[in-house]
Amino acid sequence: MTAPTFDAARPTSDSAVVLRMTDVHSYYGNIHALQGISFEVRAGEIVTLLGANGAGKTTTLKTIHGLIHARKGRIEFEGRDITSMPAHEHVGVGIGQSPEGRRIFSRMTVLENLQMGAYTRRDTSTLHEDYRRVFELFPRLEERRDQSGGTLSGGEQQMLAIGRALMTRPKLLLLDEPSMGLSPILVEQIFAIIQDINRQGTTILLVEQNALMALGVADRGYVLQTGRIVRSGEASALLQDEEVRKAYLGG
Amino acid sequence: MTIVLALAITAVALPLIVLLPPLNGFGTQRDFVGGFADAGVFVLLAIGLNVVVGFAGLLDLGYAAFFAIGAYTYAYGASPFSGLDIPFWPMLLVGALVAAMFGVLLGAPTLRLRGDYLAIVTLGFGEIVPVVFLNADTYTRGTNGITGLSQPSLYGIFGINGFGFTDPWPYFLTVLIVIAVAFSFLYRLQDSRVGRAWVAIREDELAAASMGINTITTKLLAFSIGASTSGLAGVFYASKLSIVSPDQFGFTVSFTVLAMVVLGGMGNIWGAAAGAFIVYEIQSQGLKQLGAFVQSLHVPTLALGPVSVNLGAIDFINFQYLLYGLALVLMMLLRPEGLFPSRRRRSELHATPDDAADSADVLVQA
Repeated sequence: MTAPTFDAARPTSDSAVVLRMTDVHSYYGNIHALQGISFEVRAGEIVTLLGANGAGKTTTLKTIHGLIHARKGRIEFEGRDITSMPAHEHVGVGIGQSPEGRRIFSRMTVLENLQMGAYTRRDTSTLHEDYRRVFELFPRLEERRDQSGGTLSGGEQQMLAIGRALMTRPKLLLLDEPSMGLSPILVEQIFAIIQDINRQGTTILLVEQNALMALGVADRGYVLQTGRIVRSGEASALLQDEEVRKAYLGG
Repeated sequence: MTIVLALAITAVALPLIVLLPPLNGFGTQRDFVGGFADAGVFVLLAIGLNVVVGFAGLLDLGYAAFFAIGAYTYAYGASPFSGLDIPFWPMLLVGALVAAMFGVLLGAPTLRLRGDYLAIVTLGFGEIVPVVFLNADTYTRGTNGITGLSQPSLYGIFGINGFGFTDPWPYFLTVLIVIAVAFSFLYRLQDSRVGRAWVAIREDELAAASMGINTITTKLLAFSIGASTSGLAGVFYASKLSIVSPDQFGFTVSFTVLAMVVLGGMGNIWGAAAGAFIVYEIQSQGLKQLGAFVQSLHVPTLALGPVSVNLGAIDFINFQYLLYGLALVLMMLLRPEGLFPSRRRRSELHATPDDAADSADVLVQA
């Protein structure tokens, strides 16, 4: 693995490892989906996992989040072993996620969705501030706060899924394919907001098929292929990498 | 408070309404009040099942099991068979707690299952419980059931001692109070954190877990609260009837209560209660009166070739389940959200024009 160097201009960057995966194997039944994944995410970074369909990107996120349990290997969050932690406890340690396919509560209003994000929060004093923050990042959500989630457009639903995850006050935000099914303009918008969220101090692990966009905002990237990491490095280096260009960036 | 007020109004209004024509032609006020007390049992059952099915979205087909457990708990607590005579009032709580405990016992291993699988397991449990009460006859007296259960008493307060068999009023008022307590508890619960967690789980269990909701314990809570309400109903029912036997708690009870919740409006506490009341009254009073009414018309026997139909001789009570079936089919076709749906359920079942427009929007963007 190449040793990443950090952009000194980024105020939130330091070298503390937030998430470390060590030789993680997971299965769907008998299918060996992750065949020994090792990587790390450091505080303040945006790290992206790239790869084609079925490479194991979503499986990696699900494994981190405890929806699939790793059969082998170790997952650490801020030095704490979370390998077999059940999904609902992740919010408590500071891992928030916007899942694949958004999965917003379509019969709840926008505001109710955000309230669900704050479900485990006891510190009601800062809640209001966080609603403000989400509405500042996504003004569209404020306009539609009393509309039911299912009536939102695809882009708005993606915003809601991210906003809902932010309401958990995550230290690490897992984003699964935020560009899926969105028009290019919306993708640009969403990625700009992802950068804003990162600048405000949230570490981000971003899973994407849209490699060009993802490498554009990320500090570092890992390329997955059939359950293994085949390439890794700084985002700018991966963008130049001949193999990566050929496979994921259309030459 | 408004809930208690609404129930108080109901308590005063119902016995008065039956004094008016045409209802007063069908029976005495006393008959009606006795019927209302019995209907109250089903109201309790329905609002309890509504927590499980309506709030948390868990299909429970064996709900009568908890009803049976509540009733038998009372039978063990206050009958010559057990030799104990614990007063009715604390037994209400004991019955609810025992039923809740069995709710947890059944729920813990099974709530990992979803949808159809959960329904089948609960169906099995609903069958097992009456069969156990039937066959463990050393402990339950089998088919004979346990008889001579003590009836509630107020020990002279308001001049009332044992409630007895002849006067339905104390039972009617008691069940109303129990319902009022259950109502206000369930309304609080619906608006609480747990209530919101149930809605989230019903919508998307995986997303709910991502929000930090412990889906297993939250579902378990719905199950045990539903069971405890059923236990309350069981204790009251057993004390009023003064006998428990396994045949009172078969699948038809589970099914009837589910039909009541569905017809009344899943997810809405008042809806489920109204559904229970309406269905029970139609079943216990309406069909009998319909028979008497048709008989009074003196329709001549129709001879259609080899078949002769004598409308006057039809006993409509025998057609009860046929009529349920028809009512359910019609309901699902015409008004799937029930007679008195909750706001949320209505929106789940009727796509607004906005929905259609927006899904088109998504397609364009994709």
